[in-house]
Amino acid sequence: MQVYLPIAEVSVNAFLLVGLGGMVGILSGMFGVGGGFLMTPLLFMIGIPPAVAVATEANIIVASSFSGVLAHLRRKSVDLRMGIVLLIGGLIGAGLGVQVFSLLKELGQVDLLVKLCYVVFLGIIGGLMFFESLNAIRKSRAKGPAPKTVRRQRGWIHAMPFKMKFRTSGLYISVIPPMLVGLFVGILAAIMGVGGGFIMVPAMIYLLGMPTKVVVGTSLFQIIFVTGFATLLHATTNYTVDMVLAVLLLVGGVVGAQVGTRIGTRLKAEQLRILLAIMVLAVCGKLALDLLIMPSELFSVGVDGGH
Amino acid sequence: MRHLLSALACLICVALPLHAEEVVADLSQDRVSISTSFDGSEILVFGAVKRDAPIPQGASPLAVIITISGPDEVVTVRRKDRRFGIWVNVEGVEVERAPSFYAVASTVPLDRALSETEDQRWNISTGRKLRAVGATEMAENPPAFLEALIRVREADGIYIQAAETVQLRDSTLFSTEIALPAALTEGDYNTRIFLTRDGQVVDSYATSIFVQKVGLERFIYALAHEQPLIYGLLSLAIAIAAGWIASTVFRYLLP
Repeated sequence: MQVYLPIAEVSVNAFLLVGLGGMVGILSGMFGVGGGFLMTPLLFMIGIPPAVAVATEANIIVASSFSGVLAHLRRKSVDLRMGIVLLIGGLIGAGLGVQVFSLLKELGQVDLLVKLCYVVFLGIIGGLMFFESLNAIRKSRAKGPAPKTVRRQRGWIHAMPFKMKFRTSGLYISVIPPMLVGLFVGILAAIMGVGGGFIMVPAMIYLLGMPTKVVVGTSLFQIIFVTGFATLLHATTNYTVDMVLAVLLLVGGVVGAQVGTRIGTRLKAEQLRILLAIMVLAVCGKLALDLLIMPSELFSVGVDGGH
Repeated sequence: MRHLLSALACLICVALPLHAEEVVADLSQDRVSISTSFDGSEILVFGAVKRDAPIPQGASPLAVIITISGPDEVVTVRRKDRRFGIWVNVEGVEVERAPSFYAVASTVPLDRALSETEDQRWNISTGRKLRAVGATEMAENPPAFLEALIRVREADGIYIQAAETVQLRDSTLFSTEIALPAALTEGDYNTRIFLTRDGQVVDSYATSIFVQKVGLERFIYALAHEQPLIYGLLSLAIAIAAGWIASTVFRYLLP
Protein backbone atom coordinates (compact mmCIF):
# COMPACT_ATOMS: atom_id res chain seq x y z
CA MET A 1 0.00 0.00 0.00
CA GLN A 2 1.60 3.24 -1.17
CA VAL A 3 1.16 6.35 0.94
CA TYR A 4 2.05 9.88 -0.12
CA LEU A 5 3.87 11.79 2.62
CA PRO A 6 2.69 15.43 2.72
CA ILE A 7 5.91 17.04 3.99
CA ALA A 8 8.52 14.68 2.52
CA GLU A 9 6.59 14.80 -0.79
CA VAL A 10 7.40 11.22 -1.71
CA SER A 11 5.27 8.12 -1.98
CA VAL A 12 6.39 5.08 0.02
CA ASN A 13 5.06 1.70 1.06
CA ALA A 14 3.16 1.95 4.36
CA PHE A 15 3.96 -1.62 5.47
CA LEU A 16 7.66 -1.07 4.88
CA LEU A 17 7.55 1.93 7.21
CA VAL A 18 5.61 0.07 9.93
CA GLY A 19 8.08 -2.82 9.67
CA LEU A 20 11.10 -0.53 9.91
CA GLY A 21 9.54 1.20 12.90
CA GLY A 22 8.93 -2.13 14.63
CA MET A 23 12.46 -3.41 14.05
CA VAL A 24 14.11 -0.27 15.36
CA GLY A 25 11.58 -0.14 18.23
CA ILE A 26 12.64 -3.58 19.47
CA LEU A 27 16.27 -2.49 19.56
CA SER A 28 15.27 0.73 21.27
CA GLY A 29 13.44 -1.09 24.06
CA MET A 30 16.22 -3.64 24.49
CA PHE A 31 19.12 -1.28 24.77
CA GLY A 32 17.62 2.02 25.87
CA VAL A 33 18.83 3.72 22.73
CA GLY A 34 16.40 5.85 20.77
CA GLY A 35 17.31 3.99 17.61
CA GLY A 36 17.92 7.20 15.68
CA PHE A 37 21.40 6.16 14.64
CA LEU A 38 19.85 3.19 12.83
CA MET A 39 16.58 4.70 11.64
CA THR A 40 17.93 7.93 10.18
CA PRO A 41 20.31 6.21 7.69
CA LEU A 42 17.55 3.69 6.84
CA LEU A 43 15.15 6.51 6.01
CA PHE A 44 17.77 8.10 3.73
CA MET A 45 18.04 4.77 1.95
CA ILE A 46 14.31 4.54 1.15
CA GLY A 47 14.40 8.03 -0.34
CA ILE A 48 13.14 10.34 2.43
CA PRO A 49 14.87 13.74 2.15
CA PRO A 50 17.57 13.97 4.87
CA ALA A 51 16.13 17.07 6.54
CA VAL A 52 12.70 15.43 6.89
CA ALA A 53 14.23 12.14 8.04
CA VAL A 54 16.24 13.78 10.83
CA ALA A 55 13.36 15.95 12.10
CA THR A 56 10.72 13.22 11.94
CA GLU A 57 13.06 10.76 13.57
CA ALA A 58 13.29 13.06 16.61
CA ASN A 59 9.50 12.91 16.89
CA ILE A 60 9.46 9.11 16.64
CA ILE A 61 12.13 8.73 19.30
CA VAL A 62 9.82 10.65 21.68
CA ALA A 63 7.14 8.00 21.19
CA SER A 64 9.28 4.88 21.46
CA SER A 65 11.19 6.32 24.44
CA PHE A 66 7.95 7.25 26.21
CA SER A 67 6.54 3.79 25.64
CA GLY A 68 9.77 2.26 26.90
CA VAL A 69 10.09 4.53 29.93
CA LEU A 70 6.59 3.64 31.15
CA ALA A 71 7.58 -0.02 31.19
CA HIS A 72 10.75 0.86 33.08
CA LEU A 73 8.90 3.11 35.57
CA ARG A 74 6.66 0.21 36.53
CA ARG A 75 9.78 -1.86 37.07
CA LYS A 76 11.24 1.02 39.14
CA SER A 77 14.36 0.99 36.99
CA VAL A 78 14.41 4.73 36.31
CA ASP A 79 16.58 7.03 38.39
CA LEU A 80 14.43 10.13 38.08
CA ARG A 81 16.80 12.34 40.03
CA MET A 82 19.74 11.35 37.83
CA GLY A 83 17.52 11.74 34.77
CA ILE A 84 16.66 15.31 35.66
CA VAL A 85 20.31 16.21 36.29
CA LEU A 86 21.27 14.71 32.92
CA LEU A 87 18.35 16.47 31.28
CA ILE A 88 19.40 19.93 32.49
CA GLY A 89 22.78 19.37 30.89
CA GLY A 90 21.12 17.84 27.82
CA LEU A 91 18.84 20.79 27.08
CA ILE A 92 21.70 23.29 27.39
CA GLY A 93 23.78 21.03 25.15
CA ALA A 94 21.02 20.72 22.53
CA GLY A 95 20.71 24.49 22.40
CA LEU A 96 24.47 24.83 21.91
CA GLY A 97 24.47 22.01 19.37
CA VAL A 98 21.89 23.77 17.20
CA GLN A 99 24.14 26.86 17.17
CA VAL A 100 27.18 24.76 16.22
CA PHE A 101 25.14 23.03 13.53
CA SER A 102 24.05 26.26 11.84
CA LEU A 103 27.60 27.60 12.03
CA LEU A 104 28.94 24.50 10.28
CA LYS A 105 26.15 24.66 7.74
CA GLU A 106 27.44 28.06 6.66
CA LEU A 107 30.93 26.62 6.25
CA GLY A 108 29.57 23.72 4.17
CA GLN A 109 30.67 20.15 4.88
CA VAL A 110 28.01 19.57 7.51
CA ASP A 111 27.25 16.16 5.97
CA LEU A 112 30.84 15.10 6.31
CA LEU A 113 31.03 16.26 9.90
CA VAL A 114 27.89 14.33 10.81
CA LYS A 115 29.26 11.18 9.19
CA LEU A 116 32.68 11.55 10.80
CA CYS A 117 30.98 12.09 14.17
CA TYR A 118 29.08 8.87 13.67
CA VAL A 119 32.16 6.88 12.65
CA VAL A 120 34.36 8.19 15.46
CA PHE A 121 31.83 7.90 18.28
CA LEU A 122 30.27 4.65 17.18
CA GLY A 123 33.72 3.18 16.63
CA ILE A 124 35.12 4.15 20.03
CA ILE A 125 32.04 3.24 22.02
CA GLY A 126 31.31 0.06 20.12
CA GLY A 127 34.92 -1.10 20.40
CA LEU A 128 35.20 -0.34 24.13
CA MET A 129 31.93 -2.03 24.97
CA PHE A 130 32.68 -5.03 22.83
CA PHE A 131 36.01 -5.85 24.46
CA GLU A 132 34.81 -5.02 27.96
CA SER A 133 31.77 -7.29 27.66
CA LEU A 134 33.83 -10.01 26.02
CA ASN A 135 36.23 -9.97 28.97
CA ALA A 136 33.36 -10.02 31.44
CA ILE A 137 31.79 -13.03 29.72
CA ARG A 138 35.12 -14.84 29.54
CA LYS A 139 35.73 -14.25 33.25
CA SER A 140 32.29 -15.45 34.28
CA ARG A 141 32.76 -18.60 32.16
CA ALA A 142 36.18 -19.29 33.66
CA LYS A 143 35.21 -18.87 37.30
CA GLY A 144 31.55 -19.83 37.17
CA PRO A 145 29.22 -17.15 38.52
CA ALA A 146 31.51 -14.20 39.05
CA PRO A 147 31.27 -12.18 42.25
CA LYS A 148 29.46 -8.92 41.65
CA THR A 149 32.18 -6.43 40.81
CA VAL A 150 31.74 -3.01 42.32
CA ARG A 151 33.07 -0.47 39.91
CA ARG A 152 35.71 1.72 41.51
CA GLN A 153 34.92 5.37 41.27
CA ARG A 154 37.78 7.42 40.00
CA GLY A 155 39.15 9.90 42.54
CA TRP A 156 38.38 13.07 40.61
CA ILE A 157 34.69 12.29 40.44
CA HIS A 158 34.53 11.88 44.20
CA ALA A 159 36.54 15.02 44.84
CA MET A 160 34.00 17.29 43.13
CA PRO A 161 31.60 19.51 45.06
CA PHE A 162 27.75 19.56 44.93
CA LYS A 163 27.36 15.94 45.90
CA MET A 164 23.95 14.41 45.67
CA LYS A 165 22.42 11.07 46.66
CA PHE A 166 21.06 9.04 43.76
CA ARG A 167 19.25 6.34 45.69
CA THR A 168 17.96 4.31 42.74
CA SER A 169 21.45 4.07 41.32
CA GLY A 170 23.04 3.62 44.73
CA LEU A 171 25.43 6.48 44.10
CA TYR A 172 26.59 9.46 46.08
CA ILE A 173 28.43 11.66 43.61
CA SER A 174 28.77 15.23 42.50
CA VAL A 175 26.16 16.55 40.02
CA ILE A 176 28.89 17.99 37.80
CA PRO A 177 29.90 14.77 35.96
CA PRO A 178 26.31 13.77 35.03
CA MET A 179 25.58 17.37 34.04
CA LEU A 180 28.62 17.39 31.76
CA VAL A 181 27.66 14.02 30.28
CA GLY A 182 24.20 15.40 29.56
CA LEU A 183 25.64 18.55 28.01
CA PHE A 184 28.01 16.63 25.77
CA VAL A 185 25.31 14.20 24.63
CA GLY A 186 22.94 17.11 24.01
CA ILE A 187 25.44 18.78 21.69
CA LEU A 188 26.02 15.55 19.78
CA ALA A 189 22.29 14.82 19.66
CA ALA A 190 21.60 18.14 17.95
CA ILE A 191 24.48 17.74 15.49
CA MET A 192 23.86 14.09 14.63
CA GLY A 193 20.08 14.17 14.71
CA VAL A 194 19.73 11.35 17.22
CA GLY A 195 18.63 10.95 20.84
CA GLY A 196 22.16 10.17 21.96
CA GLY A 197 21.31 7.00 23.87
CA PHE A 198 24.17 5.07 22.31
CA ILE A 199 26.58 7.54 23.90
CA MET A 200 24.56 8.13 27.05
CA VAL A 201 24.24 4.45 28.00
CA PRO A 202 27.98 3.63 27.98
CA ALA A 203 28.79 6.99 29.59
CA MET A 204 26.45 6.21 32.49
CA ILE A 205 27.87 2.70 32.91
CA TYR A 206 31.55 3.42 32.57
CA LEU A 207 31.89 7.08 33.56
CA LEU A 208 29.27 7.47 36.27
CA GLY A 209 29.31 3.86 37.41
CA MET A 210 25.54 3.41 37.38
CA PRO A 211 24.13 -0.13 37.49
CA THR A 212 23.21 -1.41 33.98
CA LYS A 213 19.65 -2.15 35.14
CA VAL A 214 18.88 1.51 35.89
CA VAL A 215 20.82 2.91 32.96
CA VAL A 216 18.38 2.01 30.19
CA GLY A 217 15.28 3.50 31.83
CA THR A 218 17.11 6.65 32.90
CA SER A 219 18.55 7.13 29.43
CA LEU A 220 15.09 6.77 27.85
CA PHE A 221 13.67 9.24 30.37
CA GLN A 222 16.00 12.05 29.41
CA ILE A 223 15.91 11.21 25.68
CA ILE A 224 12.15 11.96 25.63
CA PHE A 225 12.77 15.55 26.61
CA VAL A 226 15.84 16.22 24.50
CA THR A 227 14.22 14.83 21.33
CA GLY A 228 10.90 16.51 22.14
CA PHE A 229 12.76 19.81 22.29
CA ALA A 230 14.48 19.00 18.98
CA THR A 231 11.13 18.13 17.34
CA LEU A 232 9.66 21.50 18.27
CA LEU A 233 12.78 23.27 17.04
CA HIS A 234 12.67 21.45 13.68
CA ALA A 235 8.92 21.97 13.28
CA THR A 236 9.07 25.70 13.90
CA THR A 237 12.26 26.56 12.00
CA ASN A 238 12.50 24.09 9.12
CA TYR A 239 8.92 22.74 8.75
CA THR A 240 10.42 19.31 8.23
CA VAL A 241 8.47 17.11 10.67
CA ASP A 242 6.27 14.77 8.62
CA MET A 243 3.28 13.70 10.68
CA VAL A 244 2.16 10.92 8.35
CA LEU A 245 5.66 9.43 8.20
CA ALA A 246 5.90 9.73 11.99
CA VAL A 247 2.58 7.99 12.64
CA LEU A 248 3.43 5.05 10.37
CA LEU A 249 6.83 4.55 11.98
CA LEU A 250 5.33 5.07 15.45
CA VAL A 251 2.79 2.28 15.07
CA GLY A 252 5.62 -0.19 14.56
CA GLY A 253 7.97 1.63 16.91
CA VAL A 254 5.89 1.70 20.09
CA VAL A 255 4.92 -1.96 19.76
CA GLY A 256 8.53 -2.87 19.06
CA ALA A 257 9.75 -0.92 22.09
CA GLN A 258 7.40 -2.88 24.38
CA VAL A 259 8.58 -6.20 22.98
CA GLY A 260 12.19 -5.05 23.17
CA THR A 261 11.92 -4.03 26.83
CA ARG A 262 10.67 -7.53 27.71
CA ILE A 263 13.45 -9.21 25.74
CA GLY A 264 15.95 -6.90 27.43
CA THR A 265 14.96 -7.95 30.96
CA ARG A 266 15.52 -11.60 30.09
CA LEU A 267 19.07 -11.15 28.84
CA LYS A 268 22.14 -10.85 31.04
CA ALA A 269 23.79 -7.46 31.26
CA GLU A 270 26.94 -8.67 29.48
CA GLN A 271 24.98 -10.24 26.65
CA LEU A 272 22.94 -7.07 26.27
CA ARG A 273 26.08 -4.97 26.10
CA ILE A 274 27.85 -7.20 23.61
CA LEU A 275 24.82 -7.21 21.31
CA LEU A 276 24.60 -3.43 21.42
CA ALA A 277 28.36 -3.23 20.79
CA ILE A 278 28.10 -5.45 17.69
CA MET A 279 25.25 -3.36 16.32
CA VAL A 280 27.06 -0.10 16.95
CA LEU A 281 30.20 -1.46 15.24
CA ALA A 282 28.18 -2.66 12.24
CA VAL A 283 26.68 0.77 11.63
CA CYS A 284 30.11 2.35 12.15
CA GLY A 285 31.66 -0.03 9.62
CA LYS A 286 29.00 0.72 7.03
CA LEU A 287 29.48 4.47 7.38
CA ALA A 288 33.26 4.17 7.31
CA LEU A 289 33.12 2.12 4.10
CA ASP A 290 30.92 4.79 2.51
CA LEU A 291 33.62 7.34 3.22
CA LEU A 292 36.53 5.14 2.11
CA ILE A 293 35.24 3.41 -1.02
CA MET A 294 35.02 5.43 -4.21
CA PRO A 295 31.33 6.16 -4.83
CA SER A 296 29.89 5.03 -8.17
CA GLU A 297 28.39 8.48 -8.71
CA LEU A 298 30.74 11.30 -7.76
CA PHE A 299 28.05 13.93 -8.11
CA SER A 300 25.04 14.43 -5.90
CA VAL A 301 22.04 16.73 -6.23
CA GLY A 302 20.56 18.38 -3.18
CA VAL A 303 17.34 20.37 -3.11
CA ASP A 304 17.73 23.46 -0.96
CA GLY A 305 14.03 23.62 -0.13
CA GLY A 306 11.60 26.42 -0.90
CA HIS A 307 9.59 25.25 -3.86
CA MET B 1 -13.53 35.19 -58.87
CA ARG B 2 -12.34 31.67 -58.35
CA HIS B 3 -8.93 32.60 -59.73
CA LEU B 4 -8.75 35.51 -57.41
CA LEU B 5 -9.54 33.35 -54.38
CA SER B 6 -6.94 30.73 -55.18
CA ALA B 7 -4.40 33.47 -55.81
CA LEU B 8 -5.27 34.92 -52.44
CA ALA B 9 -4.94 31.51 -50.77
CA CYS B 10 -1.53 31.10 -52.38
CA LEU B 11 -0.52 34.52 -51.18
CA ILE B 12 -1.48 33.66 -47.60
CA CYS B 13 0.43 30.40 -47.84
CA VAL B 14 3.54 32.19 -48.98
CA ALA B 15 3.25 35.12 -46.65
CA LEU B 16 2.49 33.13 -43.51
CA PRO B 17 4.14 29.75 -43.89
CA LEU B 18 4.30 29.31 -40.12
CA HIS B 19 0.57 29.27 -39.80
CA ALA B 20 -0.03 26.78 -42.51
CA GLU B 21 -0.06 24.05 -39.89
CA GLU B 22 -1.51 24.60 -36.47
CA VAL B 23 -1.49 22.35 -33.45
CA VAL B 24 -4.71 21.70 -31.56
CA ALA B 25 -4.18 19.72 -28.37
CA ASP B 26 -5.64 18.73 -25.03
CA LEU B 27 -4.74 16.74 -21.93
CA SER B 28 -6.59 13.85 -20.33
CA GLN B 29 -6.58 15.93 -17.14
CA ASP B 30 -5.45 19.46 -16.39
CA ARG B 31 -5.57 18.94 -12.64
CA VAL B 32 -3.78 16.35 -10.52
CA SER B 33 -4.90 15.85 -6.93
CA ILE B 34 -2.40 14.44 -4.49
CA SER B 35 -4.34 12.43 -1.96
CA THR B 36 -2.91 10.10 0.70
CA SER B 37 -2.94 7.16 -1.71
CA PHE B 38 -1.34 9.12 -4.57
CA ASP B 39 1.12 6.95 -6.47
CA GLY B 40 1.97 8.86 -9.60
CA SER B 41 -0.30 9.76 -12.47
CA GLU B 42 -0.42 9.12 -16.22
CA ILE B 43 -1.16 12.16 -18.32
CA LEU B 44 -2.44 11.53 -21.83
CA VAL B 45 -1.48 14.33 -24.20
CA PHE B 46 -3.32 14.19 -27.52
CA GLY B 47 -4.15 16.47 -30.41
CA ALA B 48 -4.22 17.06 -34.13
CA VAL B 49 -2.58 19.19 -36.78
CA LYS B 50 -4.96 21.66 -38.40
CA ARG B 51 -4.15 22.53 -42.00
CA ASP B 52 -5.44 25.17 -44.40
CA ALA B 53 -3.88 23.36 -47.35
CA PRO B 54 -2.67 19.82 -48.02
CA ILE B 55 0.95 18.99 -47.24
CA PRO B 56 3.11 20.13 -50.19
CA GLN B 57 4.62 17.37 -52.29
CA GLY B 58 8.10 16.37 -51.19
CA ALA B 59 7.89 18.07 -47.81
CA SER B 60 9.88 16.30 -45.11
CA PRO B 61 7.88 14.52 -42.41
CA LEU B 62 6.40 16.37 -39.48
CA ALA B 63 7.72 15.78 -35.94
CA VAL B 64 5.95 16.39 -32.63
CA ILE B 65 7.75 17.25 -29.38
CA ILE B 66 5.94 17.41 -26.04
CA THR B 67 7.51 18.78 -22.85
CA ILE B 68 6.18 18.91 -19.28
CA SER B 69 8.05 21.04 -16.77
CA GLY B 70 7.46 21.08 -13.00
CA PRO B 71 7.86 24.07 -10.67
CA ASP B 72 11.41 25.37 -10.32
CA GLU B 73 13.47 24.74 -7.22
CA VAL B 74 16.94 25.64 -5.96
CA VAL B 75 19.34 22.71 -6.21
CA THR B 76 23.00 22.26 -5.42
CA VAL B 77 25.11 19.89 -7.48
CA ARG B 78 28.11 18.68 -5.50
CA ARG B 79 31.19 16.81 -6.61
CA LYS B 80 33.07 14.39 -4.39
CA ASP B 81 36.82 13.85 -4.41
CA ARG B 82 39.33 12.00 -2.30
CA ARG B 83 40.87 14.06 0.50
CA PHE B 84 43.02 12.45 3.20
CA GLY B 85 41.79 9.04 2.12
CA ILE B 86 38.09 9.73 2.42
CA TRP B 87 35.52 10.85 -0.13
CA VAL B 88 34.21 14.31 0.62
CA ASN B 89 32.26 16.98 -1.23
CA VAL B 90 34.85 19.35 -2.64
CA GLU B 91 32.89 21.53 -5.05
CA GLY B 92 29.30 22.64 -5.30
CA VAL B 93 27.34 24.56 -7.89
CA GLU B 94 24.02 26.09 -6.94
CA VAL B 95 21.37 26.19 -9.62
CA GLU B 96 18.86 28.93 -8.82
CA ARG B 97 15.98 27.46 -10.79
CA ALA B 98 15.99 23.85 -11.88
CA PRO B 99 12.65 22.25 -12.76
CA SER B 100 11.56 19.70 -10.14
CA PHE B 101 10.33 17.53 -13.02
CA TYR B 102 11.06 17.66 -16.74
CA ALA B 103 9.92 15.31 -19.47
CA VAL B 104 10.59 15.56 -23.20
CA ALA B 105 8.75 13.15 -25.48
CA SER B 106 9.05 13.18 -29.25
CA THR B 107 8.14 11.22 -32.37
CA VAL B 108 11.77 10.88 -33.52
CA PRO B 109 15.06 11.32 -31.63
CA LEU B 110 15.30 14.91 -30.45
CA ASP B 111 18.43 15.81 -32.44
CA ARG B 112 16.57 14.89 -35.63
CA ALA B 113 13.34 16.62 -34.68
CA LEU B 114 14.99 19.86 -33.67
CA SER B 115 17.89 21.96 -34.89
CA GLU B 116 20.41 23.42 -32.45
CA THR B 117 19.31 26.99 -33.08
CA GLU B 118 15.64 26.21 -32.60
CA ASP B 119 16.48 24.40 -29.36
CA GLN B 120 18.29 27.52 -28.16
CA ARG B 121 15.29 29.64 -29.04
CA TRP B 122 12.64 27.47 -27.40
CA ASN B 123 14.68 25.71 -24.66
CA ILE B 124 13.30 22.28 -25.36
CA SER B 125 15.99 19.67 -24.59
CA THR B 126 16.75 19.03 -20.91
CA GLY B 127 20.24 20.49 -21.20
CA ARG B 128 19.01 23.64 -22.94
CA LYS B 129 16.16 24.06 -20.47
CA LEU B 130 18.58 23.92 -17.53
CA ARG B 131 21.05 26.25 -19.17
CA ALA B 132 18.27 28.73 -19.85
CA VAL B 133 16.89 28.87 -16.32
CA GLY B 134 20.16 28.56 -14.45
CA ALA B 135 22.12 30.46 -17.07
CA THR B 136 24.80 32.22 -15.04
CA GLU B 137 25.66 29.41 -12.66
CA MET B 138 25.98 26.86 -15.42
CA ALA B 139 27.98 29.11 -17.71
CA GLU B 140 30.68 29.77 -15.11
CA ASN B 141 31.19 26.13 -14.25
CA PRO B 142 32.40 23.09 -16.12
CA PRO B 143 29.74 21.27 -18.13
CA ALA B 144 30.32 18.21 -15.94
CA PHE B 145 27.96 19.70 -13.32
CA LEU B 146 25.14 20.17 -15.79
CA GLU B 147 25.65 16.69 -17.20
CA ALA B 148 25.71 15.28 -13.67
CA LEU B 149 22.48 17.04 -12.75
CA ILE B 150 20.75 15.52 -15.77
CA ARG B 151 22.31 12.09 -15.21
CA VAL B 152 21.40 11.89 -11.51
CA ARG B 153 17.86 13.12 -12.05
CA GLU B 154 17.29 10.83 -15.03
CA ALA B 155 18.38 7.91 -12.85
CA ASP B 156 15.80 9.05 -10.29
CA GLY B 157 13.11 9.27 -12.98
CA ILE B 158 12.60 12.98 -12.38
CA TYR B 159 13.99 14.01 -15.76
CA ILE B 160 12.73 11.95 -18.67
CA GLN B 161 13.91 11.98 -22.26
CA ALA B 162 11.59 9.71 -24.20
CA ALA B 163 12.28 9.73 -27.92
CA GLU B 164 9.88 7.91 -30.24
CA THR B 165 7.14 7.70 -27.63
CA VAL B 166 4.78 10.13 -29.37
CA GLN B 167 2.62 8.43 -31.97
CA LEU B 168 1.84 10.52 -35.04
CA ARG B 169 -0.79 9.11 -37.40
CA ASP B 170 -1.05 10.30 -40.99
CA SER B 171 0.90 13.44 -40.08
CA THR B 172 -2.26 14.61 -38.35
CA LEU B 173 -3.22 12.87 -35.14
CA PHE B 174 -0.76 12.52 -32.29
CA SER B 175 -0.83 11.21 -28.75
CA THR B 176 1.49 10.17 -25.95
CA GLU B 177 1.35 9.21 -22.31
CA ILE B 178 3.69 10.83 -19.81
CA ALA B 179 4.01 9.33 -16.34
CA LEU B 180 4.22 11.84 -13.52
CA PRO B 181 6.22 10.29 -10.66
CA ALA B 182 4.82 9.65 -7.19
CA ALA B 183 7.23 12.16 -5.66
CA LEU B 184 5.46 15.20 -7.07
CA THR B 185 5.77 18.81 -5.95
CA GLU B 186 2.75 21.11 -5.87
CA GLY B 187 2.39 23.77 -8.53
CA ASP B 188 1.84 24.40 -12.22
CA TYR B 189 3.29 21.88 -14.63
CA ASN B 190 3.80 23.73 -17.89
CA THR B 191 3.06 21.59 -20.91
CA ARG B 192 4.31 22.60 -24.35
CA ILE B 193 3.66 20.94 -27.69
CA PHE B 194 5.83 21.74 -30.72
CA LEU B 195 5.35 20.85 -34.36
CA THR B 196 8.61 20.76 -36.26
CA ARG B 197 9.66 20.15 -39.82
CA ASP B 198 13.31 19.99 -40.95
CA GLY B 199 14.29 20.88 -37.41
CA GLN B 200 12.31 24.15 -37.51
CA VAL B 201 9.44 24.83 -35.13
CA VAL B 202 6.29 25.23 -37.25
CA ASP B 203 3.81 25.83 -34.46
CA SER B 204 3.57 25.47 -30.71
CA TYR B 205 0.91 25.25 -28.04
CA ALA B 206 1.19 25.70 -24.30
CA THR B 207 -1.06 24.78 -21.40
CA SER B 208 -0.55 23.74 -17.83
CA ILE B 209 -1.44 21.00 -15.40
CA PHE B 210 -2.29 22.12 -11.90
CA VAL B 211 -0.95 19.78 -9.22
CA GLN B 212 -2.35 20.22 -5.73
CA LYS B 213 -2.51 18.35 -2.48
CA VAL B 214 -6.06 17.64 -1.32
CA GLY B 215 -7.83 16.50 1.85
CA LEU B 216 -5.65 15.31 4.70
CA GLU B 217 -2.46 16.01 2.74
CA ARG B 218 -3.54 19.62 2.19
CA PHE B 219 -4.53 20.02 5.83
CA ILE B 220 -1.27 18.68 7.27
CA TYR B 221 0.89 20.64 4.86
CA ALA B 222 -0.95 23.89 5.56
CA LEU B 223 -0.87 23.36 9.33
CA ALA B 224 2.86 22.62 9.28
CA HIS B 225 3.60 25.82 7.41
CA GLU B 226 1.06 28.21 8.90
CA GLN B 227 0.93 27.05 12.54
CA PRO B 228 4.32 25.38 13.04
CA LEU B 229 4.21 25.53 16.84
CA ILE B 230 0.77 23.94 17.07
CA TYR B 231 1.85 21.39 14.48
CA GLY B 232 4.98 20.57 16.48
CA LEU B 233 3.04 20.22 19.71
CA LEU B 234 0.42 18.09 17.97
CA SER B 235 3.19 15.82 16.63
CA LEU B 236 4.56 15.46 20.14
CA ALA B 237 1.09 14.77 21.54
CA ILE B 238 0.57 12.02 18.97
CA ALA B 239 3.96 10.53 19.85
CA ILE B 240 3.26 10.58 23.60
CA ALA B 241 -0.24 9.16 23.13
CA ALA B 242 1.03 6.37 20.88
CA GLY B 243 3.74 5.51 23.39
CA TRP B 244 1.24 5.47 26.26
CA ILE B 245 -1.36 3.39 24.41
CA ALA B 246 1.21 0.80 23.39
CA SER B 247 2.54 0.61 26.94
CA THR B 248 -0.95 0.21 28.45
CA VAL B 249 -2.14 -2.33 25.92
CA PHE B 250 1.01 -4.40 26.32
CA ARG B 251 0.75 -4.40 30.09
CA TYR B 252 -2.40 -6.51 29.73
CA LEU B 253 -1.19 -8.56 26.78
CA LEU B 254 2.34 -9.43 27.94
CA PRO B 255 2.61 -8.88 31.67
